Amino acid sequence: MFSVFEYVLIAFYVAVLLVVSRWIGQQAFSWMPPQATAEAQRVDDLFSFLVSIGAFIFLGLIGVIVYAIAFHRAPPEDYTEGHPSRGDARLEILWTATPTLLVVWIAFQSFNIYQQLNILGLNQIVHLHTPLESAPAYAANISDVPKPASETIDVFVKQWDWSFRYPNNVTSNQLHLPIARATRLNLQAQDVIHGFYVPEFRLKQDIIPGRKIDIVLTPIRAGKYRLKDSQFSGTYFALMETDVYVESLDRYNQWLTQTATSEQTPVNQAVAENIQPPKTLFNSGWYTVTPAQPEVANKRKLNNDT
Amino acid sequence: MTHDFSQEITGDRESQNQQGNTWRQYFSFNTDHKVIGVQYMVMTFIFFLIGGLLAMLIRAELLTPESNLVDRPLYNGLFTMHGTIMIFLWIIPFNAGLSNYLVPLMIGARDMSFPLLNAISFWILPPAGLLLLSSFFLPNGTAQAGWWSYPPVSLQVPGDQFINGEFIWIVSLVLIGISSIMGAVNFVTTIFWMRAPGMTFFRMPVFVWSVFSAQLLQLVNLPALTAALILLLLDLSFGTQFFKPDANGDPIIYQHLFWFYSHPAVYIMALPAFGIFAEILPAFSRNPLFGYRSVAIATLGIAFISIFVWVHHMFTSATPGWMRMTFMATSMLVAIPTGIKAFAWTATIWRSKLHLETPMLFAMGGAAMFIFGGVTGVMLAATPFDIHVNNTYFVVGHFHYIVFNTITMAIFAAIYYWFPKITGRMYAEGWGKLHFWLTFIPANITFFSMHPLGLQGMLRRVSSYDPQYQGWNIIASLASFLLGASTLPFIANIVGSWLYGPRAVDNPWHATGLEWTTSSPPPRDNFEEIPTVTRPPYDYGNPKYSVIVNSDNSE
Ligand code: HEM
Ligand SMILES: [Cu+2]
Ligand SMILES: [Cu+2]
Repeated sequence: MFSVFEYVLIAFYVAVLLVVSRWIGQQAFSWMPPQATAEAQRVDDLFSFLVSIGAFIFLGLIGVIVYAIAFHRAPPEDYTEGHPSRGDARLEILWTATPTLLVVWIAFQSFNIYQQLNILGLNQIVHLHTPLESAPAYAANISDVPKPASETIDVFVKQWDWSFRYPNNVTSNQLHLPIARATRLNLQAQDVIHGFYVPEFRLKQDIIPGRKIDIVLTPIRAGKYRLKDSQFSGTYFALMETDVYVESLDRYNQWLTQTATSEQTPVNQAVAENIQPPKTLFNSGWYTVTPAQPEVANKRKLNNDT
Repeated sequence: MTHDFSQEITGDRESQNQQGNTWRQYFSFNTDHKVIGVQYMVMTFIFFLIGGLLAMLIRAELLTPESNLVDRPLYNGLFTMHGTIMIFLWIIPFNAGLSNYLVPLMIGARDMSFPLLNAISFWILPPAGLLLLSSFFLPNGTAQAGWWSYPPVSLQVPGDQFINGEFIWIVSLVLIGISSIMGAVNFVTTIFWMRAPGMTFFRMPVFVWSVFSAQLLQLVNLPALTAALILLLLDLSFGTQFFKPDANGDPIIYQHLFWFYSHPAVYIMALPAFGIFAEILPAFSRNPLFGYRSVAIATLGIAFISIFVWVHHMFTSATPGWMRMTFMATSMLVAIPTGIKAFAWTATIWRSKLHLETPMLFAMGGAAMFIFGGVTGVMLAATPFDIHVNNTYFVVGHFHYIVFNTITMAIFAAIYYWFPKITGRMYAEGWGKLHFWLTFIPANITFFSMHPLGLQGMLRRVSSYDPQYQGWNIIASLASFLLGASTLPFIANIVGSWLYGPRAVDNPWHATGLEWTTSSPPPRDNFEEIPTVTRPPYDYGNPKYSVIVNSDNSE
């Protein structure tokens, strides 16, 4: 179906595409926030790989379309046939095989990287005592058993407030994490579904009321980050953010002892805004769920313990 | 038989024929599939405009990081209504309308199998849509839990009010669902039993294949959504506890039921768009559709696979690792039949004779943008990456590449392409091209901008955001206002041409396909005589379509 010249042209085009798409794939790292966990590096590798393949497919097909637009316009009144072919078995096999191979490759890479993340530990459904006993046995190699962690921090969420309880029973509205140590977060929600998300960590996990969910992560980059609620949780959803500090073990321990002795005055944006709403051009005055005061939260937390 | 029954209801067909194309028929209970098709398309376009206005309000709020245009409950209501309207009152019913108009013509039938049922399915929609909109006037406003309406958030309504936004939302959606099921029964039956002699399955245009596949999905999957909604309604208003975690209910079950429908819904919306590409690309490149059989089979394949991928919307819910990996694999399988389609469109265009009239511009633009949306879709299927961008603007960007840059563009392509057939008049080409460029460029700017925002971690559904995200948000918002403005030349063109456009010939594009063999607009019973099909579809090599002399039957 092609002439020799066209084969050469196509080969050249594919070669250029390979170079260009690999270059775009390298750029992809810079589109992401800084890598603050060991997990983030793995995810970014995968992203770069996906971008390379995606760029190859996208530019390849767009190139053909642009080529046709540039060189294959018909004169206005010419309605004769374009090219006679209805199909070409070899070509159809080729383009069925291509996405199949690509997909197998992508799935394989993603599976590998998922294995390396080994993040999520689900203490399966708490109150529905379904016969799940058998499930972990064959699922164990797909990381349902979280890796061991050296720290464990309880995370309590409610509309629209984060609070954390540390090993020495200190509670705070800030998340502090020691650097380079695997930390387990026990995620517990009181009212609706919330989500744990720090973009620099790349990890995200919904927190479902009635279920205990762990997530294990290893921060590797000191700094201050923002923890966000990633699952829509009602009126003040956008305000459910708090600070995350990744710091050396020394400073972390120092902060823990210091906080244990000093009085905490949590500020909660949702509470503040509920009392003093910002000025907006349109005021609907529609129903909002009143955010619970942080004090109330502390009491509930104690109840949770028992 | 069904015809006779409908005659009793609507009176004498002959007299309907003589009234001809008066505008009044479009406001009446009419059983002609062509009238019903137009009714659907015009009504859903009005909802598209409403949904678009809501989107512009959302974008206006997001111009600045602070919350300063609409208060937070209203913002939540805006995106909930925007998403709901766009999906359930724009794309899905528009496709039903277009399919209604075209399928009987394309398979050589006189009407749908159940014309009366057809009219009823349409007439359920205007009240359901008005009901949904009426919730803006409730004291506590519309539903605010997003179009997913996940419990327990969706169950948080003012305790003393039985009628609240969420209640209205559920009732309207159940009504719309009933209408869809009626439509689906009708389409599947029609395509199965009403084909003209000689119209074998492998002589059907791909558009018909895609309607068939999409409507099968409605039949199989819609009941899951209906069940979810009814259980949600019971929880909301009648004290049951199916989804309430504090009473031993399980909110995750809702998510499974919801996505069991709402993932395939993506293909209920997208398959007809692919069908539109498969009609328009060959006609304007003067080629048979390359690999017709593979494309037809791929259509069914996409529908089938998409039944088994719903958990990819729940990778970050309480989803265990084995489930994440299983559904990652099934989700990626969809790329194979979709890839086949994209390659086939490209091969059809390759080395052909392109005519770049407005329908072709929209079809090529839409097909090209689908490749972009498809690529980001495969990325999202890769669980580790999805965990990072799930519920961020990356996802919003991805699905708008599909729902706007692909499907809505395909819908515009279809409107321009079949406009002469439907109205008997030609649209103004210059205005059409203007509309294309005013849509294509701002749409890409608007929705491309959302991808970097999502990668950087800006969450969807937030009414205020961190200042670091402002740059791309300004770009997205400004482009979206331009996009809103682009509908004006379209409306002017369509209304003006419908009233005053030059008369159209039967087959202005020299296209193959049975719908082009009858007059423009077609008579009440579609064909003088039911045609017998002897040719393969997309017979573009045939000189018949190159040198065709159009009979100008209108003067
Ligand atoms: C006309 C141009 C459009 C613009 C500028 C636009 C803009 C937006 C924006 C900014 C959001 C995010 C709201 C948020 O998450 O806070 C959104 C959400 C959404 N849009 Fe659009 N949109 C447009 C067209 C469409 C179309 C044609 C559809 C068709 C299905 C659609 C379906 C949706 C859906 C389903 C959501 C999600 C709503 C939710 O999160 O509950 N949009 N849109
Ligand atoms: Cu939250
Ligand atoms: Cu999906």
